[in-house]
Amino acid sequence: MSFPFFRAEDDPGSSFPELLRRLGSAPTVVTGDVSIFGGVPHATTVVAVRYVDGVVMAGDRRATAGNLISHRAMEKVVEADRHSAVAIAGAAGPAMEMVRLFQLQLEHYEKVEGTSLSLEGKANQLSMMVRGNLPAAMSGMVVVPIFGGYDLRRKTGRLWDFDVTGGRYEEKDYVATGSGSLHAGTVIKLGYQPDLDRDAAINLVCRALWEAADADSATGGPDALRGIYPIVAEVTAAGFRRVPDSDLAQRYEAIAAAVRGSNQ
Amino acid sequence: MTVPFYVAPEQVMKDRADYARKGIARGRAMVAVRYAEGVAMVAENSSTTLRKISEIYDRIAFAGVGRYNEFDQLRVAGVRAADLKGYQYSRDDVDARSLANQYAQILGQIFTHEMKPMEVEILVAEVGQTPDGDQMFHINYDGTVFDERDYAVLGGDSATISTRFTDAAGDRLGDGFQLGDAVRAAVAALAGPERTLVPDDLEVALLVRSEARRCFKRLTDEEIAGLLAEAGAATPEPG
Repeated sequence: MSFPFFRAEDDPGSSFPELLRRLGSAPTVVTGDVSIFGGVPHATTVVAVRYVDGVVMAGDRRATAGNLISHRAMEKVVEADRHSAVAIAGAAGPAMEMVRLFQLQLEHYEKVEGTSLSLEGKANQLSMMVRGNLPAAMSGMVVVPIFGGYDLRRKTGRLWDFDVTGGRYEEKDYVATGSGSLHAGTVIKLGYQPDLDRDAAINLVCRALWEAADADSATGGPDALRGIYPIVAEVTAAGFRRVPDSDLAQRYEAIAAAVRGSNQ
Repeated sequence: MTVPFYVAPEQVMKDRADYARKGIARGRAMVAVRYAEGVAMVAENSSTTLRKISEIYDRIAFAGVGRYNEFDQLRVAGVRAADLKGYQYSRDDVDARSLANQYAQILGQIFTHEMKPMEVEILVAEVGQTPDGDQMFHINYDGTVFDERDYAVLGGDSATISTRFTDAAGDRLGDGFQLGDAVRAAVAALAGPERTLVPDDLEVALLVRSEARRCFKRLTDEEIAGLLAEAGAATPEPG
């Protein structure tokens, strides 16, 4: 690998994907029929909610390939950088690669320019990456992320969802995507209030994933036996923070108790 | 046809070296020093936006003196090389030594083949998991690399500054050097006997060993003032 030292006229600027293209090592987009392999792993339900201090994002841990569970402990909600997070649903391989490149691009930009991208700029970057995945999406490897973060300039949490073509839509209140999104989204829609506090927001996303797991076979529920709980993360002015499993265990215990109670 | 005058290769190299050294001597110097918790880099720089010290990777920092546009070009190339390597292999595979070698290659090549050498001196520093793993590479305009252990001085008049620094640091230099002491010794060495440097004139950044991932930390003017002010409160220097 040669030293990436460019003349001023063909400098790739602060874009890492552009740098990869210049050097001919851009990742190849997978195309063609992959169904001959019996299906590739797909990640399922992720949700995000705005609340008073920022955003809460959550995702179940299951990845499925056809009717089989391929992973039980997948991490679909990840820190993009200090003040933003991305949650992914869709084909696990391309999605994980997209997230890795996205994280790297945010850090690369920050180091080259000496300042972070605006939150809107980050959402725009992700939108271009989703669009770049369109050929793979045509072969069934769709990736549809949710992007959320704390906007330091506007002092508020913000959320975006995307479509396969890279369409970028800012959502005011909440968003859900993936196979269980119909059920999860409905739970959030019913429980959402404009001034949710942290505790209520976390309870709401936990309940949403519970109901999605209850009705959608591709969404995993809390697995107390193995100690695997959904990933729930909050992004506030203080930055990205995962909600610890011990906290989630208690919340799911309470949900289970409520469900048990109503069935007696 | 005119025949060009013969110039001895020794003379060509000497002229280029003189040219580069003069350019470097016009700028302000910087000092990097290992302290108990990592590496501290102190530069004289009155600009708050054009930086001499910056982050390359998780545990690696870059510092440059001389012509800003030239060392900044090298800095960006270093960020690219590190990010590429981390992307293609793993974050653990990115190290200061290979980066320093790449810098040395490019500087050496420009020194011998281009019209004009780069008027820069650069430093690539890496903070290890333990003090044994700390590394500092000082690279000159002609591509010569020095592997420094406890401290490095870059810029014009480095011999004088170096003497002043070792005098100020005394036998505290090494693994146990406290941050406040290290920064004060570096600032005293940069200032010299006739001047006093205030936080506005300084750019200070650290590589902090205990950080989980990104170890680079830039100090604010208030933090620098705090470190410089500690002197009065601290116990008097031995000897």
